[in-house]
Amino acid sequence: MNDMTPVTTTLKDWETDQEVRWCPGCGDYAILKAVQRTLPQLGCDPAKTVFVSGIGCSSRFPYYVESYGFHTIHGRAPAFVTGIKLANPELDVWMVTGDGDGMSIGGNHTMHILRRNIDVQILLFNNEIYGLTKGQYSPTSRIGTKSPSTPAGSIDRPAQPCAFALGSGARFVARGFDVSKNLPDVLKAAHAHRGAAFVEIFQNCIVYNKDVFNDFAAPKGAEENQLWLENGQPMLFAKGTKGLARDVEAMTLKVVDVIDGDWEAAGVMIHDVKNRTLAHMLVELPFGPFPMALGVIYDDPRPAYDAVVSEDLARAREGKKPDLAALLAKGQTWTVSGTAQDPI
Amino acid sequence: MASATSPSSAGTTEAVVVRFAGDSGDGMQLTGGQFTLSTALAGNDLATFPDFPAEIRAPQGTLFGVSAFQINFGSTAIETAGDAPDVLVAMNPAALKVNVAALKPGGLIIADTGEFTKRNLEKAKYDENPLENGSLAKWDLLAFDISALTLEAVKPFGLGNKEALRCKNMWTLGLALWMFDRPRDPIHDWLKAKFAKSPVLAEANIAALDAGHAYGETAELTGPLKQVHVEPVVSEPGLYRTITGAEAISLGLVAGAQLADLPMFFGGYPITPASAILHHLARLKEFNVQTFQAEDEIAAICAAIGASYAGQLGVTSSSGPGIALKGEAMGLAIMTELPLIIVNSQRGGPSTGLPTKTEQSDLYQAIYGRNGDAPLPVIAARSPGDAFDCAIEACRIAVQYMTPVMLLTDGYIANAAEPWKVPDPASYAPFPVKFLTEKNAKNADGTDELLPFARDEKGARPWIKPGTPGLMHRIGGIEKAQGTGHIDYSPANHQAMTDARKDKIDGVANSIPDQDVCLGNQSGKLVLVGWGSTFGPIHQAVRRARKNGLDVSHVHVRHVWPLPKNLGPLLKGFENVLVPEMNTGQFKTVLRDQYLVDAQPLTKTSGQPFAIAEIEDAIEKFFDDIPGNEGGEVAVNETQLPSPEAINP
Repeated sequence: MNDMTPVTTTLKDWETDQEVRWCPGCGDYAILKAVQRTLPQLGCDPAKTVFVSGIGCSSRFPYYVESYGFHTIHGRAPAFVTGIKLANPELDVWMVTGDGDGMSIGGNHTMHILRRNIDVQILLFNNEIYGLTKGQYSPTSRIGTKSPSTPAGSIDRPAQPCAFALGSGARFVARGFDVSKNLPDVLKAAHAHRGAAFVEIFQNCIVYNKDVFNDFAAPKGAEENQLWLENGQPMLFAKGTKGLARDVEAMTLKVVDVIDGDWEAAGVMIHDVKNRTLAHMLVELPFGPFPMALGVIYDDPRPAYDAVVSEDLARAREGKKPDLAALLAKGQTWTVSGTAQDPI
Repeated sequence: MASATSPSSAGTTEAVVVRFAGDSGDGMQLTGGQFTLSTALAGNDLATFPDFPAEIRAPQGTLFGVSAFQINFGSTAIETAGDAPDVLVAMNPAALKVNVAALKPGGLIIADTGEFTKRNLEKAKYDENPLENGSLAKWDLLAFDISALTLEAVKPFGLGNKEALRCKNMWTLGLALWMFDRPRDPIHDWLKAKFAKSPVLAEANIAALDAGHAYGETAELTGPLKQVHVEPVVSEPGLYRTITGAEAISLGLVAGAQLADLPMFFGGYPITPASAILHHLARLKEFNVQTFQAEDEIAAICAAIGASYAGQLGVTSSSGPGIALKGEAMGLAIMTELPLIIVNSQRGGPSTGLPTKTEQSDLYQAIYGRNGDAPLPVIAARSPGDAFDCAIEACRIAVQYMTPVMLLTDGYIANAAEPWKVPDPASYAPFPVKFLTEKNAKNADGTDELLPFARDEKGARPWIKPGTPGLMHRIGGIEKAQGTGHIDYSPANHQAMTDARKDKIDGVANSIPDQDVCLGNQSGKLVLVGWGSTFGPIHQAVRRARKNGLDVSHVHVRHVWPLPKNLGPLLKGFENVLVPEMNTGQFKTVLRDQYLVDAQPLTKTSGQPFAIAEIEDAIEKFFDDIPGNEGGEVAVNETQLPSPEAINP
């Protein structure tokens, strides 16, 4: 996100007068509150903030944030964001999408906004189901998901949003979940990153895919399975009794027990947000044998496309007075003198 | 084109049609382009028609690899690339086979015997050499070894055989310059600039050009080759240049953005024949033009809408298949009432169709091709030069009415060149945009309120840039409440908003000029109603028919949606309405629907523009049939001007 003068606001300032229309108990409420709580802490200015979304339950988000908002079409939010940021790189843009919107119909655009590295916070709400169209399995649904369109269980393999993001060239990848108290910290890190910041937020669809993330995201009792990553800190979980260490032989990671808090002796790795290889391993860890890697997985900025384009344009225009008349008369010309003649 | 004297009879003539044809790799488009420039500099009016295959490098010598460039030039107004060529330059047997049937009887064939080898004759599916078996008897034939003459001319420069033969097109151009009494200096200058990095190639090409020219002078006595002089056209005084439709649209968009006082954002994705616009605009950064090559057609329009939302003039451009992909996003721009220009360089369809050939078959798509009641204004350019004014008009309507506007051009206009009187930008009335900067309404309690969907006298809503303090609001594709723009699905509101969107676009007709009759009387027996690139052939056909005493007029519609307010009454002043168009009768249907007039179609979908004679014949047939003219479709006789495809198996 760009340099800006911090503005003092409260949570109330970021609430619209519109009735929120998600199902009661939907994880989206928690995410909305987390965002609305975070924005004042970041000193964001509602007049310079734009929320852009595609289509789906998550994409109703802009209507509930008192800022500029654009609810666009299915899967295409990244393209709108690109146009907005190229037209005005000063705007602070948040993009809200879902697993169907961002990984299926809009997968191509997700790839390209990450590859180009547009300066935007991308929040992908992953509930592993199509909610707004009443419960069909989605590109992130696990094999065997029973849904109206897969009554015998789904067969195709799920996409992994964070792995996809890294593969597309993302320079910031993070994970959180709807009711996590750590979500605001993840959002702040995303906001601090200049360039495309990709955040996968696991979200509980209580109507069509209830509690599917309970193994690591249940309000109580799932902490054991959460690995909250912190740059420069050992990768510990289960209250510090376990950690991730290098499995040199297999060129991957392994879970090790930590005795009496001596993580060094156990060989636990220190998390490095600039280690791209480590990031690839963390987003691919199979849940079950491994905990769910959460927090900032990767954060290694590169120049944002919109900033580079804007400098390039400014350079091209520097000291030049655009002369349209000269442009029109460019190339080889000739002059006709004499009188006009009516062709008929 | 007035009746031309064959250039094989020396002297002065009014107009000439020359077609250069060769292999895709022979540089025929380049030759044609430079001949066009020298013709323009000589003061003739002209029109060109580049006709090339979709394949980038089709196999050498094949029928489908033939690339042709036709130019019609003269001392009177020229509005088409001409029907039948007077001169055909055939660089190989395939070029001869594909193009010779179109040549005017008595016309001149110039052929390179060096390429009429057994192998090339086989590739062109000739059983025997047509240059030797008398099959070309109805034309004048000038066959000689251009390849050998070129090799001889460039010998001093020590080029390899392949490189040396590449100079053949310049040799041919040199001969053509001699034939029509054109100066060589501009081509010399151009070659020096083009080959600035390898002066030896520049020198070799100049030598080839000069040799071709000298050959003309010395061969004068020996055969059918004669020098022909075409007087300069008497045209309006001023500064002129040649311009293609793609150039004119690009420049018109730049001018339009300046008149609106906005930066321009252009989102595009490569597609033939629309890409040329992206290429032109990509070089104009200093005019506050930003081009963005998107990942696909959809992203291109969505980014343009995003830029419009952020306060720039969003533009996107494509051809039929790409326009189809953009349809949903156009609906969003209509729903959110944001300005946007969509340029459609039409080509033959459906699906991939004929990527490099011309057609006008996207009219329904332009006017009707979206889900829901989704009206938008549609403007069609009639010629390369006209495309400049049309682009400005599209910008004006888009920002004044807060609406996407579709600008229709086609493959013919995009690639064809014509002389263009360079306009003075100061002669166009500016239409600067005023963004909303403060709340625009009052609540019941007297406090200020923002109504993003309040409407002005044109029915347009305010344009509000994100970043403006105090005016935060949300827009989107869901139906919005009148005024506030909040989500509102209620029946009465949807009715009211649908009506408001329709009324707004209908109201665009209040800001466009009345439809004129561009040739002929304001009422009478027959009117030909055209739109887009058929202007040239219709106009010339009507002119000829009128000279023959027929009561026929020409009306050419720029604003195809909404239509000019007087068009209905105007058409009702004619007993008969004939609509020539390069599709199966789309505008005819629109006119019938709008005015209940008995419009009759004259259609052509061969990928080639109308020949003047095809329309002239239809007019004559029409008058022959009166009385007892029962209407019915007037079919074009395709045998008059066979396309390369018709010959190519």
